[in-house]
Amino acid sequence: MAEIAYWEAIRRAHEEELNNDPNVIVMGEDIGVAGGTYKATLGLYDKFGEQRIIDTPISENSFTGIAIGASMAGIRPIVEIMSINFALLALDTLINAAAKIRYMSGGRASCPLVMRTPGGTAHQLAAQHSARLARMFMSTSGLRVVTPRGPLDAYGMLKSAVRCNDPVIIIEHEQMYNLRGEVPDEETFRPLEGAEVVRQGKDITLIGYNYSVHLCLQAADKLAKDGIDAEVVDLRALKPLDRETIRRSIEKTHRVVIAEEDEAPVGVGAEIIAIINEDCFFALDAQPIRIHAADVPVPYNAKLEKAAIPNADDVYQGALKAVGKI
Amino acid sequence: MKASDRKRLLREMIFYRRFEERTFEAYMERKVGGFLHLYSGQESIATGVLEVARPGHDYVITGYRDHVHAIKAGAPAREVMAELYGKETGSSRGRGGSMHIFDPSVNFMGGYALVGQPFPLAAGLALACKHKGTDQIAICFLGDGANNQGTFHETLNMASVWKLPVLFVCENNLYAIGTRIERSTAVTDQYKRVCGYNIPASQHDGQDIDVVMDSARKAVNHVRSGKGPYFVEYLTYRYRGHSMSDSGAYRSKEEEREWSKRDPIILFTDKLKDEGLIKDEDIKAMEKEVDDEIENDCIKFSEESPEPKVEDLHKYVLDDNPDPRWIGPLQNNEA
Repeated sequence: MAEIAYWEAIRRAHEEELNNDPNVIVMGEDIGVAGGTYKATLGLYDKFGEQRIIDTPISENSFTGIAIGASMAGIRPIVEIMSINFALLALDTLINAAAKIRYMSGGRASCPLVMRTPGGTAHQLAAQHSARLARMFMSTSGLRVVTPRGPLDAYGMLKSAVRCNDPVIIIEHEQMYNLRGEVPDEETFRPLEGAEVVRQGKDITLIGYNYSVHLCLQAADKLAKDGIDAEVVDLRALKPLDRETIRRSIEKTHRVVIAEEDEAPVGVGAEIIAIINEDCFFALDAQPIRIHAADVPVPYNAKLEKAAIPNADDVYQGALKAVGKI
Repeated sequence: MKASDRKRLLREMIFYRRFEERTFEAYMERKVGGFLHLYSGQESIATGVLEVARPGHDYVITGYRDHVHAIKAGAPAREVMAELYGKETGSSRGRGGSMHIFDPSVNFMGGYALVGQPFPLAAGLALACKHKGTDQIAICFLGDGANNQGTFHETLNMASVWKLPVLFVCENNLYAIGTRIERSTAVTDQYKRVCGYNIPASQHDGQDIDVVMDSARKAVNHVRSGKGPYFVEYLTYRYRGHSMSDSGAYRSKEEEREWSKRDPIILFTDKLKDEGLIKDEDIKAMEKEVDDEIENDCIKFSEESPEPKVEDLHKYVLDDNPDPRWIGPLQNNEA
């Protein structure tokens, strides 16, 4: 078991899957000769060559479409979109084609495509490089959407995504690529479905996904000092969503905060609260709390940016409210 | 080409015309719903191009005017008709309808409603062929209207840079839905727009199937020989509206009359008569045979087939039998 960075975990998954199946290819901007903006494909071009590690022009919709077409004919493409903002350009081929081809062909065609892309705010990248969009992908039938919070899932979920027969969107985060964590030395697969209880507690449930799991964990540490025992649930997969783990946790703690870096309207938190209402409304002792980004384009100014994006203290404050301490 | 093949081609085109006109009747009877885009007037292009390619082996993909391309590519006509009827026996199990005919068993990879979307999908199919080192090619049929999408430019660029074995067939019928080409497009000769991508391109009469086959043969050979993509444009005309709700008010009766003189079936019939291969009574017999086949096979099969079951609504959204190693459930999720 070695401790490696998030980007190294992704790079390792690529390399193992490229070794495992000659039909696995990688496509994206600067992923080959340049080694990838976040180093997730570093060295692969030299090892596997330009036929399999394909540097694309800046044409997101069509290179995604090319990956989709190839996937219909037995290729297993891993597409990197440099920033989730740019994925908006690929929505036609991704949502109108990849997500629908299995269905509208009556199950006769399929698109085993993997799209990896970082969402989230980093350091003053401003409105066109800071989108999150998880809520948009999770609302699309025919896609799988996963949000690895650390190196183990980043590695094991990418490997599962390559093997899976559905289109899978992996949402990474600009601020997590250097995050370190343990990954087994032996080949490991992490499932594309199922939430994970990453910290046990009995007083309140803090629900996060992707980067916001870390905000929940920090908030849980702080709550522990106040004598509040918080449970933290990592959703891991936004589509399909694991309703069962959410219900079980809330039936135990009776209180809940959902932390999302996305904006709130029609967001992940809104969906989780709807599910809680449907599945375990009478288990609640207090109203559910959403911690979310301000409903604004992300500002450039550092102070404004900080104000727009939730942090661990916001989650902590939300939890205090949920337990009636403020 | 053998005389028997030439007669077969005529019969095929008559079949396609009658098939399309019969789907129109079924639409008026409300047996067929949704949108219906008919190919009447353009039969020589799909028929001619695929005649000189290798249907079933090569990949074929197109837009929403897709019935004839699917059948010529090898999809059973009765299954295409059953799809229009929304039946479980249809090409897409009743889930796609007229615009989304699929038959991957013969490498017909679908009809798509988003104008221009098949460009990159076709290039992707071609990339798969190249990656696997097969001698297959991908053939993408689209109209002139599709060339005003970004996917046209983006895909032509990548297909050229990566030398993908893809043949782009532009069926220029002069109208993008109801807007004439001069009013929407700066360069009306579509093949000229390709020069920015270093792809060989040519323009031909699309109504004469012999011209189509000769030019397509060169194009197919170019692509199959590994020299990269080719773009071939055919000038043609559709008789029916863009879809069913189209009044046709945007074009003149005179224009329609002029083009009907160059009907691909009439042109080819006249040639076969001149060549002494066929007589009027043979054509009558052929038409009768075709009508019988459509009625007694396609329509009967469609009428008698079951609809999809409502309890199967959620089938085919994702892989219905996923491998638990990749999907889960997650073990030991109580930390």
